[in-house]
Amino acid sequence: MSANRWWGRPATTLAACVARGELSAEQAVESGWEAASTWEGDVHAVAHADATVRARAARTAPPGPLRGVPVIVKDNLCTAGDYPTTCGSRILAGYRAPYDATVIRRLRAAGAVLTAKGNMDEFAMGSSTEFSCYGPTRNPYDLTRVPGGSSGGPAAAVAYGLAPLGLGSDTGGSVRQPAAFCGVFGLKPTYGRLSRYRLVAFGSSLDQVGLFARHAGDVALLYSLLAGPDLRDATTRASPPPDVSAWDRGVKGLSFGWPENLWREGVEPEVVAALEEAAACLERAGARRVAFDFLPGTYAVATYYLVATAEASSNLARFDGVRYGPRAPSTDVWSLYVRSRSQGFGPEVKRRILLGTYALSAGYYDAFYLKAQRARTRIRREYQAAFGRCDFMLLPVAPTLAFRLGEKTTDPLAMYLSDIFTIGANLAGIPGLAVPLGLAGSGLPRAVQLVGPEDSEPTLLRAGRALEVRGEVARLGREHETEFPWPMKR
Amino acid sequence: MAHEAVIGLECHIQLATRSKMFCECPAEFGASPNSNVCPVCLGLPGALPVVNRAAIDAALQLGLVLGCTIREASVFARKNYFYPDMPKNYQITQYDRPLCEGGALPVRLCETARSFPLIRIHVEEDTGKSFHPERTGDRPVSRVDFNRAGVPLLELVTEPAFRQPEECGAFLAGLRRLARWLKISDGDMEKGHLRCDANVSLRPPGSASLGTKTEIKNLNSIKGVEKGLTAEIARQAAVLDAGGRIEQATLLYDADHDKLAVMRSKEYAHDYRYFPEPDLPQLTVDAAWVEEVRGRLPEPPWTREDRYVDHLGLPAYDAAILCETRERSDYFEAVVGAGTDAKRASNWVMTEVLRHVNARGLSEREAALRLPAKSLAVLIGATESGRITSASAKEVLEEVFEKGGDPEAVIAARGLVARSSPEELLPLVREVLAENPGPVAQFRGGKQATLGFLVGQVMKKSGGRAAPQVVQELLRAELGALR
Repeated sequence: MSANRWWGRPATTLAACVARGELSAEQAVESGWEAASTWEGDVHAVAHADATVRARAARTAPPGPLRGVPVIVKDNLCTAGDYPTTCGSRILAGYRAPYDATVIRRLRAAGAVLTAKGNMDEFAMGSSTEFSCYGPTRNPYDLTRVPGGSSGGPAAAVAYGLAPLGLGSDTGGSVRQPAAFCGVFGLKPTYGRLSRYRLVAFGSSLDQVGLFARHAGDVALLYSLLAGPDLRDATTRASPPPDVSAWDRGVKGLSFGWPENLWREGVEPEVVAALEEAAACLERAGARRVAFDFLPGTYAVATYYLVATAEASSNLARFDGVRYGPRAPSTDVWSLYVRSRSQGFGPEVKRRILLGTYALSAGYYDAFYLKAQRARTRIRREYQAAFGRCDFMLLPVAPTLAFRLGEKTTDPLAMYLSDIFTIGANLAGIPGLAVPLGLAGSGLPRAVQLVGPEDSEPTLLRAGRALEVRGEVARLGREHETEFPWPMKR
Repeated sequence: MAHEAVIGLECHIQLATRSKMFCECPAEFGASPNSNVCPVCLGLPGALPVVNRAAIDAALQLGLVLGCTIREASVFARKNYFYPDMPKNYQITQYDRPLCEGGALPVRLCETARSFPLIRIHVEEDTGKSFHPERTGDRPVSRVDFNRAGVPLLELVTEPAFRQPEECGAFLAGLRRLARWLKISDGDMEKGHLRCDANVSLRPPGSASLGTKTEIKNLNSIKGVEKGLTAEIARQAAVLDAGGRIEQATLLYDADHDKLAVMRSKEYAHDYRYFPEPDLPQLTVDAAWVEEVRGRLPEPPWTREDRYVDHLGLPAYDAAILCETRERSDYFEAVVGAGTDAKRASNWVMTEVLRHVNARGLSEREAALRLPAKSLAVLIGATESGRITSASAKEVLEEVFEKGGDPEAVIAARGLVARSSPEELLPLVREVLAENPGPVAQFRGGKQATLGFLVGQVMKKSGGRAAPQVVQELLRAELGALR
């Protein structure tokens, strides 16, 4: 571990130190790269980085609540003038976006420094960050295991300390699941709260920019800086986002749902143990457990994979070699399309484009896409009904801890099923927060998921904060706050 | 064998909004290639559409004038197909929940009022334009201009209510007039502001079933619609008469050579994989918006025509010509409003004003600026009262359209006030009678028409300024005296 005393500090602490002049923005950014010198060679969390670019960005960072704080953002968020934006795909090799995504613009305006673009599954399609044209990212807690996906790069980088904050995108769990596998916080906000403008689309009605941090307070700060309406994204909500400043208020008086039926089978004992421990912690901190059966899991995976692939098949049509990206040599436009796309897209992306095209085809639309939309409406209602009985629900993030590289790449269905607990929030448009909960006996991070109704981010962050200090927030002073264990180099 | 044609039209109206349908780029025509583009209309990664409310407003105007039902919550949809001039490889359009449904366009055809029912009107974006094939060295090259990509279009679909190509031509002309009347489109077919595709099938006269249809694309002039459909009806009739079957197909009409070419047959029909556009929430048009638009709709041209006939007593022919454009009929109404008799105003506008407009290539707006309606009313009044002759009035118009200026000033400057005093005109009358013994004899022989000739001779001598009434009276008196 690095001797650098700045490394691994919360973003808020780092920003305060920079503001007080205790260290420069450049030093703050480079402290993360000292950690990277130990880890990045093995973990491979970074898709694009440039020391000159980040030094310049650090020097010119405007004053703001995140001045000098390094952030790693997923390779599907458009950034102008610094790094390529390639979505982990050959079809966008070398593509440089002319404008920043709205969330990137807000991040820079707050003084944050983009320290790198994080690796990802190609076009965010995957749950392990193995489907990237740059090769897989590995889990810093166990290099034989995946970091989760599709935002595995930013999750792993925040875990090993390249940056205290990261941005990903969450279409079916792509922020929460890698957060859980890498032992960091991961928030998928309410649909429409963070702008999707110039986030390269996967499933437009499901995509939401998500946040990574090592501390609940950092998640709250980042959310408050990025959330809010954007005239360029017609799906953002016009009302002001909820106030998350009371993230440290405790959970006294809150009730949490305990749908135990969901993990009676098919879920690893370590995951169940984490849930039980979390529930006990929340109860100790003054929250009330409400047990009930919850069933939307049944059709959620099928519904999700129809909606997401259908939208993706259309969203990815623009990558054709005509206007940007590599163009395969051809003599006519049709072979130009076929060759550019065949050479440019990887196997998982092709699989999903085919699935989605099929689901939307004449004669199949009613049976697949339309039925999925109806199921989606029903799933949304079931969540609403559940939140009539509690303020939020405690759920697993994934049925397992981080799995091994290669374990599921040849079995797409097994990979898809690992999303079973996260896709509900995307289908229902509601927020979900992955909260790290220490290490299992195997040394792998454990986590639980908190899911609440629309705009319940303040509640989820209060509960996440309560779990961060093991449910003892009322008794423990800030100086006793338990830091999640850093990965150890084996 | 006799056949009856069944024809339905799909018309695309390019809206004259300042910006494009889903981004802020100018929607103007004629900019240098690929200059009016941005990440949204180029379909760059991550770009998202935002609805241009001005385009929706235009759609509401057209829909309300045509009596459509306005859907409170309509839905944008993606129409998926690959084409290089379509940046996203899908078009944002409306599918199963369009903004406007039903309605009808009233059209006057050979003096008969007809009304052609519509199925729907929806809002969508235009594509770019491809140019091919060009050559660079020995390689063929296609080029694409995306300036038009994302320009707002209205697609209007009619019921299969047409039986004759001429009906389709009249419909299209009526639609063009209406679009211009509402100022929602320039309606210039040559520039592609109004485009038309047609579906046509044949059946035995009186049959209730429909035959196999073909679709003809690229019918981009009123003549083209009529000629293209006539050609296709003749082709289908020949196939059927020879015992053949019509194959479902999409045809392209080549107006330059009056020829139809098969673009694609049924087995190559596209599956557009329509689905609701997830990047746009449903389009909500509340009652307040609808009523606000309804409140500022102009009187429709066909209502005006009826009013001119029923209340102003004009012939239907006059009413039709006056209502060809809103500028013209507004001008006509202003002339009438200034106290001119309607038929007289109509005659002057239709003959004199339009003659200058056409001869000088003026727009009707420019014409109204050179000769304001009030001035024309004054001129007509002066002619009616005999203060100036109609010949002088034409002279005034000539100068006003040529150099501008106030008609009264022209009358004064040129001394055009009619000469009506007998003392002044009598010498001219006597001169004419002396110079024309032949016609004088004829008149005396009972040929009354000769009087007109003699009046004309006096007018000529007066330089067109003699008041014809006075001249006539003097001539009669002199001829009587001579007898």
